[in-house]
Amino acid sequence: MSVLTYIILIPLAAALALVFVPRTFSVVFRAVAILATLASALLAIKMFVQFQPGAAGFQNEQQVTWVSSFDPRPTTPDPRLAAISYHVGVDGINVGLVLMAAIVAFAAACVSSEIKRREKQFYILLLTMAGGILGAFASLDLFFFYFFHELALVPTFIMIGVWGRGAQKNYATFQITLYLSIGALIALVGLIALYVQTGAKTFDIPALIAMASEPENGVPLGAQKFIFPVLLFGFGILVSLWPFHTWAPLGYASAPTPTAMLHAGALKKFGLYGLIRIALPLLPQGAQAWAHTLAWLCLGNLLYAGWVAMRQKDLNWLAGYSSVAHMGFVFLGIASLSLIGVTGAVVVMIAHGFLASLIFALNGYLYRQTGTLEIAQLGGLLRKLPFIGAALIMAAFAGCGLPGFANFAGELSVFFGAWKSFQTITVLACWGAMLVGALYLLRAMRAALHGPLVQKWANIEDARTLWRKTPFALLLACLLIFGFFPRLLTDKIQLPAAVILRTAAADVFTPSSSSSSSSSSSSKPLYVAAPPDKHHLQ
Amino acid sequence: MNLLLLVHEWSVIALALALLLADLWLPLSSKRKLGYAAVAGLVVILLYGIIKPPPYGTTFGGMYVMDGLALFFKRFFISAAILVLLMSVEFADHIETGIAEYYALILFALSGMLFASSANDFSLLFVSLELITVTFYVLTSFQRARLASLEAGVKYLIIGALSTGFTVFGIALVYGLGKTLNFGQLAAVAGQFKSNPVFLFGLLLVLTGLGFKIAAFPFQIWAPDVYQGAPSPTTAFLAVGSKAAGFVLLLRVLFTAVPQIALEWSRLLIVISAITILYGNLCAIPQRNIKRLLGYSSIAHAGYMLLGISALSAAGQSAVLYYLSGYLVTVLGAFTVICIALQSRPAERDEGGPSHGGLDFNEDISSLAGLNQRSPLLAATITLALVSLAGIPPLAGFLGKFLLFKAALAQAPAQHAYYWLVAIAIAGVVISIYYYFGLIRAIYWSKDPADLSPIRTSIPIRISLCACIIGMLYLGIRPNLFVKFAADAIQKLTS
Repeated sequence: MSVLTYIILIPLAAALALVFVPRTFSVVFRAVAILATLASALLAIKMFVQFQPGAAGFQNEQQVTWVSSFDPRPTTPDPRLAAISYHVGVDGINVGLVLMAAIVAFAAACVSSEIKRREKQFYILLLTMAGGILGAFASLDLFFFYFFHELALVPTFIMIGVWGRGAQKNYATFQITLYLSIGALIALVGLIALYVQTGAKTFDIPALIAMASEPENGVPLGAQKFIFPVLLFGFGILVSLWPFHTWAPLGYASAPTPTAMLHAGALKKFGLYGLIRIALPLLPQGAQAWAHTLAWLCLGNLLYAGWVAMRQKDLNWLAGYSSVAHMGFVFLGIASLSLIGVTGAVVVMIAHGFLASLIFALNGYLYRQTGTLEIAQLGGLLRKLPFIGAALIMAAFAGCGLPGFANFAGELSVFFGAWKSFQTITVLACWGAMLVGALYLLRAMRAALHGPLVQKWANIEDARTLWRKTPFALLLACLLIFGFFPRLLTDKIQLPAAVILRTAAADVFTPSSSSSSSSSSSSKPLYVAAPPDKHHLQ
Repeated sequence: MNLLLLVHEWSVIALALALLLADLWLPLSSKRKLGYAAVAGLVVILLYGIIKPPPYGTTFGGMYVMDGLALFFKRFFISAAILVLLMSVEFADHIETGIAEYYALILFALSGMLFASSANDFSLLFVSLELITVTFYVLTSFQRARLASLEAGVKYLIIGALSTGFTVFGIALVYGLGKTLNFGQLAAVAGQFKSNPVFLFGLLLVLTGLGFKIAAFPFQIWAPDVYQGAPSPTTAFLAVGSKAAGFVLLLRVLFTAVPQIALEWSRLLIVISAITILYGNLCAIPQRNIKRLLGYSSIAHAGYMLLGISALSAAGQSAVLYYLSGYLVTVLGAFTVICIALQSRPAERDEGGPSHGGLDFNEDISSLAGLNQRSPLLAATITLALVSLAGIPPLAGFLGKFLLFKAALAQAPAQHAYYWLVAIAIAGVVISIYYYFGLIRAIYWSKDPADLSPIRTSIPIRISLCACIIGMLYLGIRPNLFVKFAADAIQKLTS
């Protein structure tokens, strides 16, 4: 069995095991959840370290036939052509995502001590969600890709509905359920339509891409222009693409901390990953046709959501809007359809995963201490909370895109990539990112952490023990490691990104452009190593 | 004539007659246990049919056909009847007299369904439909002291009789032109009546009768009232068995008898399917009575399955079979829970006073409150069932809908109306998530539930609930086997 299968199955098996533990053993639930996610995270780190950046194709692959065929006719014994198969594997793009999701899941399990009632149900849902997220990122089969995502999505709704906070909890649950269900179903229609259009008899993603990359076999142009927006908006709703973002701030503000961390950090990236993994290689012309629209929409994320974030009075709402805003970078990177842009987009996805979960974890800590996240009521907290406060400030710096944090590397390459295609939008996006982002984040930090200490909070406690600090320190460390050594990610991402963009980028680049040398040869067999790109980040 | 082909039918009828005879001699106290005898008999019949499947072929001059589709549905109906009978044993306290007759009527209805699955002729279609419908008239109004039950029976009788009239009239018109009642022979000549209005009108009338059975728009009007008023086991059997019988006949008529004409009716089927989905889901939103809500939701599910039929492809037909298999375990699981959870509440009999529009207060959604504390197994079963009905992985309902949508989208490049149909179906799914989760919320998170007394469940019921749960998960997680069954079953249909 592939290590990936263990990474996915350990949380799910732990969730199943917890079903049979009597509900009074609350220590057991916590311990099992933390150990299971820790095991997954350690395996993911091991996989990440052992990953061979230069190798073509997928690594740690495993394929098990699930549905051999939808036709009654005798089927080919080749598992690669089975209608549905459990197929997991990592290439440079999702190896980082799996790592990020596993670490975020561990951090989320660590901060779950805030949950005091119905613990059994909570930890079961948390582990299911973690397993679902990991499965979605590892899957190389359209069916399982969607299946695992839904498996993670439903616990999100329940957790917000039951353990959520705030007066608008019920409305938030209702809204997020409706939005994300619609988004997921639209994406499902897009995925099935894609499957139908390729004429393949399999849901296997590599097989579909291989089939579509043969010149006579691709998805027809008309269908591409039709299916791409279905996928774009279906996935877009899941990723809070403007103007479908309204569920996100309210949902995250009402969610319990671990849920907000897992969703904003990890699960939300599913839609972006789907666009990169599925929509770009299978619908290259559709992507070209819609790239411009997408680029304009992402300005909505960057500028509008950033502007709204400036007006927020609650730290969690602020974090929610800032996470909406940050998605704009990823969309811009995808819309650029350039190697460096897409590479940057993946780096931002991973960086934002750590960042968003860190911010929500810190907010959750503050909320437990103070019972409020209203900025006006906080103030001077840094005196009492040196560790938490410092971590929050560093997270804010990362959110502003300061060099040294992983976000900087990603955002910078997104801008490099986007500059080639959309100058105006890139200029506007730079302003949005640099100015608006810095404004709202730093203002909130000043108001909450500096200034005179509000007497009400004279007795609050910092995270003193090493154990308490672990989740925050871990996430911060990841941001810094990938900030100082982005090559750990970019070296892995470039090769598969070049393969994915081979067809999509063909018309965007001028032939003299450096990275299009790999894009002109559309008849090459799949996963042949593309020439390495000249734009390294360092 | 090959009686071996009819092994399922005659053994079920013999079982029903034996039950009636046993009723004559058994003391009153042990009559309730007869249900277990019936279940044991059906299990034997089912297993025997699996170990030693009857040979394929036709008999009664081509009226009766035994093929993959028939066998699939026979096993389906017998499984449904087993679960319904187990439910009826629990329900026996609510039936004043004649519990043995109740069991026997279920078996007679079952025999009608078994015949329906093999109908290859309009006369057998009609006879089997009537056998099902007439027994259901009695089953629906079996709680003679309960006004709602009687009201449901009368409503079902009137609308059922009307649709029977339509069916017979339609058959007569088809026969008048086609000169044959046999599906196979009709297929040979149906092509030349493609544009004959009388023939098409006749077929449409036949479809009316079948539409009534599956509760498709615009013949759905009876469903909510009857679902609400009928005894719970009857409702469950109506929702699963009777609906599936309608679908197997629909498949046979459309794709065996008049395949050429069916190809031209995609637009009609798309429209009916879309309206049925929307109607069922939208009307379910404001419902407070659980059984009525499930009645509307069953209309919506008929719409989803019609979506598969409207795809007019083998993929669509096999998706319908897969969906029905999931629907069987899901709906019967849900109804078993409802049957037990609601009857254990202090009974509020509404004899005497007039029933207010059939309202029955102890079937309100709020009566599910605190079910997870009263019986975790019941709560888990109905939760999984509702989640599966809403079409969420990893349960059977998701895979069924996935296959249905896949089949419809496969046709979409040729006819864009399928895109709209799928869009409407998705809107329906989203609406349904809202009301199904409303029920789940009532079970787990309602404030101060009135009654927290634990509910006792008998061992047979526990087994049947576990079977439903396993079925839902198995069909949702490991679809391979049943996808193959479904694909095999419809293989003969179109050839």
